[in-house]
Amino acid sequence: MSEHRGGNAPAIETSGLVKVFGDTRAVDGIDLTVPTGTVYGVLGPNGAGKTTAVKMLATLLRPDGGEARIFGHDVRREAAIVRGMVSLTGQYASVDEDLTGVENLMLLGRLLGHHKTAARARAAQLLEAFGLNDAADRQVKNYSGGMRRRIDIAASILNTPDLLFLDEPTTGLDPRSRNQVWDIVRAVVAQGTTVLLTTQYLDEADQLASRIAVIDKGKVIAEGTKGELKASVGAGSVHLRLRNAHERPEAERLLARVLDAPVQADPDPVALTARVGDGDDGNGAAPQAARALAELAAAGITVDTFSLGQPSLDEVFLSLTDRPADLTTDTTTDTTATGTLTKETAA
Amino acid sequence: MSTATATTSPAGSEELAAVRTDDLAALLVAKERPPRPSALSASVTFGWRAMLKIKHVPEQLFDVTVFPIMMVLMYTYLFGGALAGSTSDYLQFLLPGVLVMSVVMITMYTGVAVNTDIEKGVFDRFRTLPIWRPAPMVGYLLGDVVRYAGASAVMLAVGMIMGFRPEGGAGGVLAGVALLLVFSFSFSWIWTMFGLLLRSEKSVMGVSMMMLFPLTFGSNIFVDPATMPGWLQAFVNNSPITHLSSAVRELMAGGWPGEDITWSLLWSAALVLVFGPITMRLYNRK
Repeated sequence: MSEHRGGNAPAIETSGLVKVFGDTRAVDGIDLTVPTGTVYGVLGPNGAGKTTAVKMLATLLRPDGGEARIFGHDVRREAAIVRGMVSLTGQYASVDEDLTGVENLMLLGRLLGHHKTAARARAAQLLEAFGLNDAADRQVKNYSGGMRRRIDIAASILNTPDLLFLDEPTTGLDPRSRNQVWDIVRAVVAQGTTVLLTTQYLDEADQLASRIAVIDKGKVIAEGTKGELKASVGAGSVHLRLRNAHERPEAERLLARVLDAPVQADPDPVALTARVGDGDDGNGAAPQAARALAELAAAGITVDTFSLGQPSLDEVFLSLTDRPADLTTDTTTDTTATGTLTKETAA
Repeated sequence: MSTATATTSPAGSEELAAVRTDDLAALLVAKERPPRPSALSASVTFGWRAMLKIKHVPEQLFDVTVFPIMMVLMYTYLFGGALAGSTSDYLQFLLPGVLVMSVVMITMYTGVAVNTDIEKGVFDRFRTLPIWRPAPMVGYLLGDVVRYAGASAVMLAVGMIMGFRPEGGAGGVLAGVALLLVFSFSFSWIWTMFGLLLRSEKSVMGVSMMMLFPLTFGSNIFVDPATMPGWLQAFVNNSPITHLSSAVRELMAGGWPGEDITWSLLWSAALVLVFGPITMRLYNRK
């Protein structure tokens, strides 16, 4: 493998990558550079072009324009070399539901050139490491969502890839299974594999990725380290429910002053949502939120519930595009998921 | 299997065993990558997959067993007396033809299988593997050849019970079946193409039926084409199915129909040469 690597070429390098489906420019000129040995997050809502971009990088789709290189190898002209270095896990690149877990891994092991005994041994080790021993001889169609995701990932690391594409690996998983997938991703990247992770969840990108690109309508609308990205959005969002609706206007003024950020009156007459920055001291959102609470208490305003969450993807989008993301269902934080974040004055 | 360990987490519950990141790390460190498998090895592995699918979903054999039996019984006893004077005479003529018809008919399930794999997503996994590109397709067809052989065996057994006595003996019968399998393998490339081309399983079935009914009935399988109108004879006498069923019938009757065998093999070669590359082009562009 090392002989495949084109010197110090980045794991992924694209310039002006384009894919057109009919009238839609699904990917509309994407430039990315992903350094080796890191987790790179690609964040965007459904239909932003994340999956299309990944499919082009994994040689499943031919780009209609632009260039893409994997460790220096062109995805069009050197597809066979690229296929030897990457592997892919997504809703579409899956395993055979009719076969058992062990059969699927053996099948792929054989296709990667392992002899029968080696393929069997590797399959057994992977099932063991992924906690799927008990399900080894069950058909994959009878697996739960979390098990399903594990077997998909196991299938992708049969041969340790140089570059692993994880396309929304935790969509639809419960929090516990999601954490376990995160552990797997960390273990994979700790061994030197580069990971390109697409996700709808800022939280997930935050947990795993060192750099993040935000994609919307086929274009990169923001790119940078986590810190840079968050600075543009605010570190968190605070959600309050007051005891008395008539105290809300005063609470709103107070919060706006303490937090120095836009405050939004929710449709619920006792609820307020405010953005919280990292603060001048750079200590994050919590101390500021605490200060705001203290001020509210001092002013005699009773707060019934309070929560501090990460900015949701909605908020990232709002801040980056001045329009809400076209998300159908989910955002990361519980409190701001009402989908009613109407236009705030962009900070 | 032998690697079942002492970990005694209760099976069947949704409580999953934890991921062992240490084991995982150890696995990932082993970065050995064996050389890519040969074209043959990859194809055979995909054939093995088809066998595993039969093991897990044996219902799919319904089509290749019950359907052919039904065909033999129906045509022999319903039409045999009217067409050939007696059912037993007709069976001698009919059985090789019905065998051809049934096997050619069930080739369409290849297209359905390809289409299902695309829909389920397993297809894209195969397409990212560094293997000989046509291997998944050839694997489907290898698996299908086993199913065709099974269908042939079932039909011949039923035919023998009903009174079919091939004069060509075991050798003639085997030669006939072998020719049929070669043709069916080649013919299936049409369906791999449609499996990749069409959007749903249903449309694959629809198109297959529309092609297979005229093709199989418009042949000399059921009756001598001599009574057909001239324009139809022109089609029937040149149809690959007619050549194939004549060849199979003659081989089983102990003859050596050189011309029909040659035509059948030429058609087989032509089908692979035309639809093989189209299939692979679609596969690469999908």
